[in-house]
Amino acid sequence: MTSQSTPLEYQSQQTRMNILGFWTFLGAEIVLFSTLFASYFILEHNTAGGPTGQDVFVLKDVLIETFLLLTSSFTSGLAIHALRNNDLKGVLIWKIITLVLGASFLAYEINEFFHYVHEGVTMQTSGFASALFTLLGTHGAHVTFGIIWIALLLVQVARRGITVQTSSKLFIASLYWHFLDVVWIFIFTFVYLKGMVM
Amino acid sequence: MSAKSHGFPWNLLVGFILSIALTLLAVFVAFQTDFSGHVILWIIGIMAIFQAIIQLFMFMHVTEGKEGIINVVNMVNAIILALIIVFGTIWVLTSGHASHMH
Repeated sequence: MTSQSTPLEYQSQQTRMNILGFWTFLGAEIVLFSTLFASYFILEHNTAGGPTGQDVFVLKDVLIETFLLLTSSFTSGLAIHALRNNDLKGVLIWKIITLVLGASFLAYEINEFFHYVHEGVTMQTSGFASALFTLLGTHGAHVTFGIIWIALLLVQVARRGITVQTSSKLFIASLYWHFLDVVWIFIFTFVYLKGMVM
Repeated sequence: MSAKSHGFPWNLLVGFILSIALTLLAVFVAFQTDFSGHVILWIIGIMAIFQAIIQLFMFMHVTEGKEGIINVVNMVNAIILALIIVFGTIWVLTSGHASHMH
């Protein structure tokens, strides 16, 4: 491995360990979300006479949320591509677009929650509703945290430029963002599509 | 410093287009076909897994770096744990639970 072909974020022992440690964290996150999915699968038919998923899910809104998050994952990847070309301006532009898309996703999701409450699905309505809000809410909280994290990180990157340290931070934040997209793919498939079809 | 310039990010673009295509295909299978609910669930489930693999390899570069193989083992371990938790929970709380009801 020469420094010619190794991306900047892998060039110190510390940043390599940070990246490895973050992958370990993502492994734990997979387990966290699997427990929430398991609860949801057990409780999804326990609607206690309240509305079902089929009653309240709106395909158009869910698709918009999905495309916003998918595109933000793509632009986050483009930011890392710019990072590896040592293109600071490209990093900042693509990351800011990622943040705007992420914030739009969040706005749609909050709107979706208002829609559910309006339709009579609150956290207290039924086992289905509790499990749904817990799963979606945990994902949404992760997205919220990611937006704040990346926004603060961009301030640091703008000040310090692309270094071994800032590039590893950008790469790790990007891993986090792609991971949230992966979780959403499973929510989209096994909560929304499953709920609307079965 | 990395002197090598990386060209057009084809793998990202291909991954993105595949993600959009798989999402739309899942919606099509779910709403426009006459398969039974179970068959639909299997098809869209496999497509979701395929999308996750695209993210892991094309966007997250899971195999990258000296520790790449450790990342892959870690992900496989986490996925096995997730499957045990999800299917174990469903099994214990449905069929396992039901068999002790009488």
